[in-house]
Order: sequence, then structure tokens, then C-alpha cells
Amino acid sequence: MLKQSIQRGLLVAGASAIALGLSAGTASAQDVTLTIESWRNDDLGIWRDTIIPAFEAQHPNINIEFAPTAPTEYNAALNARLEGGTAGDLITCRPFDAALALYDLGHLAQLNDLEGLNSFSDVAKSAWQTDDGSATFCMPMASVIHGFIYNADAFNELGIEAPETEEEFFAILDVIAEDGGYIPLVMGTADQWESATMGYQNIGPNYWAGEDGRLGLIAGDHAMTDSQFVEPFATLARWSDYLAPGYEAQSYPDSQNLFTLGRGAIYPSGSWEISLFNSQADFEMGAFRPPVQNAGDTCYINDHTDIALGMNAATEHPDEARVFLEWVGSPEFAELYSNSLPGFFSLSNHAISLEDPLAQEFISWREQCEETIRSGHQILSRGTPNLWNEMWGVSANVINGTMTPEEAATQLQDGLASWYEPQQ
Amino acid sequence: MSTPHRRPFRFHIIVFLAPATIVYTLFMIWPLADTLRLSFFDADSAGVRSFVGTENYETLFGDERWSSQFWNAFVNNFIFFAIHMAVQNPIGIMLAALLSMPALRLRNTYRTMLFMPTLLSVVIVGFIWQLILSPIWGVSSSILDAIGLGSWFAPWLGLESSALVTLSLISVWQYVGIPMLLIYAALLAIPDELIDAAHVDGTSGWNIFWKIKLPLILPTIGVISILTFVGNFNAFDLIYAVKGALAGPNFSTDILGTFLYRTFFGQQLQLGDRYMGATVATMMFLIILTGVCLYLFVIQRRMQRYEL
Amino acid sequence: MNKARRNLPTLFAAHGILLAYTLLSVFPVILIVINSLKSRRAIFGDPLGLPVGEGVFDLVGYQTVLQNADFLGYFANSLIVTLGALFFVLVAGSMAAFALAEYRFRMNTLMALYLALGIMIPIRLGTIGILELVVNLGLINTLWALILVYTAQGLPLTIFILSEFMRTVSKELKDAARVDGLSEYRIFFQLALPLVRPAVATVAVFTMIPIWNDLWFPLILAPGEETKTITLGAQQFIGQFETNWNAILAALTLAIVPVLVLYAIFSRQLVRGITSGAVKG
Repeated sequence: MLKQSIQRGLLVAGASAIALGLSAGTASAQDVTLTIESWRNDDLGIWRDTIIPAFEAQHPNINIEFAPTAPTEYNAALNARLEGGTAGDLITCRPFDAALALYDLGHLAQLNDLEGLNSFSDVAKSAWQTDDGSATFCMPMASVIHGFIYNADAFNELGIEAPETEEEFFAILDVIAEDGGYIPLVMGTADQWESATMGYQNIGPNYWAGEDGRLGLIAGDHAMTDSQFVEPFATLARWSDYLAPGYEAQSYPDSQNLFTLGRGAIYPSGSWEISLFNSQADFEMGAFRPPVQNAGDTCYINDHTDIALGMNAATEHPDEARVFLEWVGSPEFAELYSNSLPGFFSLSNHAISLEDPLAQEFISWREQCEETIRSGHQILSRGTPNLWNEMWGVSANVINGTMTPEEAATQLQDGLASWYEPQQ
Repeated sequence: MSTPHRRPFRFHIIVFLAPATIVYTLFMIWPLADTLRLSFFDADSAGVRSFVGTENYETLFGDERWSSQFWNAFVNNFIFFAIHMAVQNPIGIMLAALLSMPALRLRNTYRTMLFMPTLLSVVIVGFIWQLILSPIWGVSSSILDAIGLGSWFAPWLGLESSALVTLSLISVWQYVGIPMLLIYAALLAIPDELIDAAHVDGTSGWNIFWKIKLPLILPTIGVISILTFVGNFNAFDLIYAVKGALAGPNFSTDILGTFLYRTFFGQQLQLGDRYMGATVATMMFLIILTGVCLYLFVIQRRMQRYEL
Repeated sequence: MNKARRNLPTLFAAHGILLAYTLLSVFPVILIVINSLKSRRAIFGDPLGLPVGEGVFDLVGYQTVLQNADFLGYFANSLIVTLGALFFVLVAGSMAAFALAEYRFRMNTLMALYLALGIMIPIRLGTIGILELVVNLGLINTLWALILVYTAQGLPLTIFILSEFMRTVSKELKDAARVDGLSEYRIFFQLALPLVRPAVATVAVFTMIPIWNDLWFPLILAPGEETKTITLGAQQFIGQFETNWNAILAALTLAIVPVLVLYAIFSRQLVRGITSGAVKG
């Protein structure tokens, strides 16, 4: 084995010597390879085939390697590698407290002086800043928008249209259920997170008036037991009648397959599904935003700052890493990323033309509605129990019928109050 | 037991023990001790560590949020273990006894096939059984339909009342090969003369098993029981693969291993807390240590061992 | 002959039970293999059907896998790591087990307990310490890192089980050998070790399984493309193609088959080990 690696080493050395010889005129310094840590293993192909070649064409002496870890292992593996000093040069940042903690521990470098940051709004940057906004530590990449994707062919067949209000929403669910040919709502509670993400956080902002409710919780003016936070649970509880039989054991991939195989009518979701659904579904799809109470009400959508890129404070190539991060802030990257991953919308102010019709539909809601982000993410998931984790569990319990909306709200409020001062 | 040899200094004992002890200490005990030590520490948000004495333990058992999770995981773990003892080991013994029947043909084929699940990684096992039990895929419901029991079907893995039992049985399915092989090896080691003599005496096959073979393989059953105990109280992979770190629904499948993993490594927005994690790990260690000591000092000492 | 005839109904029942349980053991695996050869629609439409016919039989899963992952390379890595660790575990482990079972010395029980500590606590918790050690030794992203960790991980169980079996080796035989002037080393290698061969073979099989199937340490200690093991490769593949069940089932099949082949080879050794041990015993 040793022999093998020596041989391999010699081979690599030989090859790079030849490469150096060939490109002696252009590459002045030695070639540098930067490794990107990420949980987006679905994007491997896009990085490898589209994004990285575009960057390397302009910077021939910087090689980029995209090295994703499965989402379930990402945090644990990344932390271990950061501690052991073997983590990659660039680190994909989760929003808010998770990335902030890495910054506080000194694992992420401060990036205030990157010019690329100027093309992002304060809201976009807020997910990767210290609480006082004095330090920014990740270059924002994309947000995702929550909503509902539907099978347009099925809607045509049944003669129904995308709903505007909650009443219409349940009315068309009844029509679909009556017909019996399609599962009205495709979602399961087995993996729990869909219940919170595609359920509670999807419909919730219309109840708690978006930012007003979210910031009110942080300030301690609202409580999770206030009616605007309990009612979405009550609505969620009604969903169970329209889910597939055995939804308690239905996993996320189950749901994706059910919908793309044409067996369901409505898929509560977010824009992040678009590229996969485009490649797997052979029917027309449409999207509608979370229904409001009464026609004409202000609508609120969850436009969640989801993903950014930071620099490992211990990297050996900070200069090259900065060059790459600047590029991530450029219009070129915004265009490439948003179009190769439709549904992940660039957070930058650059004007981008989106080609995918479904993605266009989602992003058009930004014009019509007020935007907010997931209510559990900022500050409120800093302590134990973790509000966002708890939301997963109780949302699933409410749909499963093992917990009432009031009980769910009370559990969340008690948990929050146990460590968060403004709520005590 | 072996004979005591009283000699001044026996260098060979060191030679026999050294390689194992060195690798084991360096790559296992030292890193683990380094981690367990953390249960007496805590850190602020900048990662500065300070000694806190037994504060973490007081939190684990004094704070209702922590203690209820711990005891929930403990009880679930005990159920998990009880199902293995009640189902896995008897089936393992039965299969081994059948396999060791002298006139049995195809014995090697059976043994290879029966051992197959044990060879699979939990990633695969979790995936397979999720598919089979999935209400969406319809494998188990159509099989039940075929034998007229269609109405029995339920989304077992998703219900609070049945998820833990279902997962335990999946684990039994996977690991039954281990007791089977160990017992099989022990049964084969029983000299034929002993059995032949019993046959001559007219003892029935059933009685030969209960009165002669079973006592002889009792030490092996002891080893298996303690291995099951240790394995179950360390278990984590299967439940993590099928239900994730939150061990749903509503923590009904949470066992000590998943509780520990969630605490130590965190999950999505929840940051890992190495100090509380180390505290949970130390408790698990003490639980298992108690069981093993009980075995080593009480059961194993009293067990009659036959030299063959 | 007489005995065999008398046992006929018993034998019949034995076959019945074994057959039924065998079916339960292999059915899920067969299901995976069958469905890996089907189109996505057919997997869902009729999971129990055979992969034959237009629109049903489809190799697209295998195409995806072979285009996207170097399964042969992963397999070679897994093989090197597993066999390497197995070798060290069995040699060092049986020596230690012999010492514990054979000699009475001060600290014997304490030593036994010390060497058993490792089965009581998941080694995964020592990850940070192990990673630091591996980095300091310059072994990061090498297969040696995995071999050493798995050796440490496999030792406690091996010693625990083997010392139980070492105790059953006949005292008279050993004492006779000592009278003949054999050294303790030769008593171990030529007398005790061959006698407990069935146990060694058994232990080998289930030391091998967790090593082969481990996901965690490859992820931390050797995640590079050149050192990736097959379990890690398959798992990452599943993550990347989560909903592409053709590809996943094909990847699973490709991950299962080598283990089965490996086991079939070992199994023959195992049988030989078990039976020869029994004859001598």
C-alpha cells in the first residue's frame, strides 16, 4: 500500500512537472487546489461540469475541488475535521446560529473587506453576520422560496385551479379526494422535517404576518402560544385527511417519487425541488403560494436565506480562497448558479434572467408578497432545547394526531422560555 | 480454569499481551478517555474550556428536559435489548441446533444464506426494510393481501406504538447470524463419543439437547448474552439510518446511542455539545460496565466449564 | 442407518424450518437485486414482478452508477483495509487472549477488564482524539489510518471471545507439551491456536463485518477519492441520487455482491476450520 502511494505520488509529481513545463509561461506561482466542504451532494455534477470549469478558465492556477458530505453527516463530520485541522479551505455555511457558532469558535474567517459583499442587501447578509452586524463571515449564495407545486395535468383533468385562499385550498383538496385518482397532498411525517419546513413554515407566515411575527418572537413581544402561531398548527392538523394512507411511514424520497410518478396532485414544498422534479416528472407542473385567509389579504412568503460560502480560518491559501469568494459574489456566478440550480435564487442584487418557468413563478411572488424567513432560525435555535428541532417533532405529531395544536404550541413556548430571556 | 504456574518472571506474558495492548491503548482507550474527561468541563461560545465539576451530571439528571430524554432513551434501550434476548438468541440457538443435526444435508448452503443479512451494512438493511414496510411501495401489504391478512397492514415504522418493536425486529433479522454461528461452533466442538454414548443409553434426541448439549454450550450462551447486552446498549446505526438523529416519531425510537449522537454531534441547526455528550457517554459506559462486571465477576465465575 | 430412518420426520421438520427462515433472510436481498434491473415506473408499479418485458427491464441504474462512481477502486480499498485490520486483530488478539486464559498473574482480571473496556463504549466518541493522532502521525487520508483504528476497535471483542474458548483447551495436552520442553510460544502457535480454530474463524467473520460496513471513519480519516471505501462510496451515492431508485438499487447490488463473494470464500475456510477443530477436540 505504501509502495502504491509512493508510486502514485511519483506519478502525480511527474505529471505536474510536465504540466508546469507546458504552462511555464502563464503560471507564475505554484498551482493551488482549494477544497469546498458542502452538504449539497446532489449538486456535485453541477459544480463539476458547470461552475468549476467556468472559474478555472479565468484562474488557471487555482483548482477547485467540490467535496460534499451527506447532509445528515455534514455537521458532525465538518466539526471533527475543523477540530482535527483537516477541513477544506472553503466551507458551505448554514444560515444563522450554526455558522455563527463556527465563527465564534474561530473556524470561519472574517470577510468584511470582500468587495463582492457590496452586491448583497443587508437582509441577505444578516444570516451570516454577528448579531451586531460588525462582522460578516460568509458570502451569501442563495435563498429558497416555500410554496406548493402541483400536477397541472391533474388539475386540468379535474377542472380545478390553483387556490388563492385557504377555503379554496381545502375545497380543491376535497375535489381531488372525491375523485380518488390522485393523492391530494403528497407529504409524509416519517422524516419529521417536512412537517415543519413544508408544513408549518410554509403556511405560517400568512398567520403571523411574516417578519412582524418572527421579530416579535425574538423581541419577546409575541409568544408561541399566541393565536397567530397556534392556528397554523390547527390548519396543519387538517392536512392529515388528504395525505396518502400510511403517511406516518412515508419518507421524503417516497414523497418525491410519488409526486414525480404522477400519483399525487399537490406537493407542499419549496423551490429547491424544481431541478429534480424537472428531470423526473413527465407532466406539466405549476406552483401556487401559500393561501391567505381572505381574498385580498396581504400575502407573506418564506424566502429563506439558505446557503453561503465561508473561508476556513486555518486555510493555507487565504488569498486564493478570497479570489474564489469574490467570484462567488460576481454576476457571473449568480447567473450560473441560479440557472443550473433552478429554485436556488441568488441573493445578490445583480439582475439575472431565469430560464425555468417554475422558478420564474416562485420568484415572481417576491413582487406580490412580503418576505420573511423561517421563524426558528435566527437566535431562537441557540439554546437547548433547540426551537427548530422541536418544531420538527411537534409539527409531525400534530399531523399524526398525537398532539393537539395547543399542546404543540405550549411545548415550543416552554422550551423557548427555559433558556431565552426575552421569553421568560 | 488454568493451573497457576508459580515462576519468578514470565517474559512471554508480556510478549503475548504487548501488541494488542499498545495498539488498543493508543487508538482507543486514550482518545476515549480524552473525551470522557470532557464531562467535567464546559465551554463558552468562543470555545474556552473551564472545569465545572459534576455540574453536567446534575443537569443531565436534575433538569427535567435532559432527564426525561435520558430515561426515555434508557427504557427504549431496555426494550430493544429485551426483544433481542427474547427473539434473536432463541432463534439463533434453534437454527444452530438444527444445522448441527448429523444427518442434515445442504447444511453449508443454509448456513451461508442464513448468515447473509449479518453481512449487510445498516445503510443497506435500513433502506431495504423501509422499502419493504413502506405503505407506498406496497410490498408487505400485497404479501399480506395474498395470504388474506391484508387488513393487518399498518405503517409500522411510522407509528409511535410499533416503531421501536419494528426496528428491534429488523435488527434481530440482521444479527441473528452471530449467535447462530457462535452456538454452532460450540455444538460442533462437543465430542461425538459423548452423544453416541447417550444414544446407546437410549436417550432421545430432545433430551440429548436439553440434558447434554445445552449445559455444555451454556458458557457460549453467556458470552452471547453479554455481547447482545453490550451491542444493544451501544447500538445506534440502524435507528439513525432509518429514523434520523431525532429518532421519531416523537422520540419513540430514541435509544441511548441516538441520544448520545444527537447531543455530541448536534444536528442541522442544533450544535453538538461535546461536554453534555461526554456526560451521556460516561453514563452509557457505566451502565454497560455494570452489566459486564456482573457477568465477569458473578456469572462467569459460577459457570461450570467443561474442558473438551 | 437405523438412526437416520428414525430421525426422518425430525429431519423433515428441520428442513421446513430452515427453509422458511432462509427465505426470510434472502428475500429482501433478492428484492433489491430484482428491482435494480427494472425501470423506475416498474419498481413502483409492481415491486414483486420479475425484471422481464418491454418497459420493465432496464439497466439505466447500472449505467448511472458506473458513470458516476469508481466502484472497483472503492472495492479494492475496502478489501485492503478489511484484510489488513483482520490480520492484526487476529494475531494480536489471539495472543492476548491466550495469555489471559492460560496464565495466572497479578492483575489478570484487571487486564481482562481493561482489554474489555473497548466493547463498552462506542469508539466513535474518541473521533477527535483519533483524528489528532492520525494527523500527527501523518497518516491522514491513508488506508493505514483505517487499518490501525479498526485493529484497535476489533481487539476487545476478539480477546473477549477467544479467551473464553482458550479456556476450553485441554490442560493435559498443554502440560504434556511443557514436559516435552516446548516453549510457551510453540504451545500457543502449534497447540492452542489450532485447537480454537473454529472460534478464530467465527471471530474473523464478525470482526470483518463492522469494518467492511463502517461509514464513519472513512468519512473522517480517509474521505479522499483514492482512499474511499465501498460503503462510503455507496452511501454518498445514495445521498446524491436519493430519489433515483434505479441507481440506488444498482449501487446497493454492487455493494452487496462483493461481500457475498468474500463471505463465500471465507465460508469455505470457516467450515474447514470448524470441522477440523471439532475432529481434534
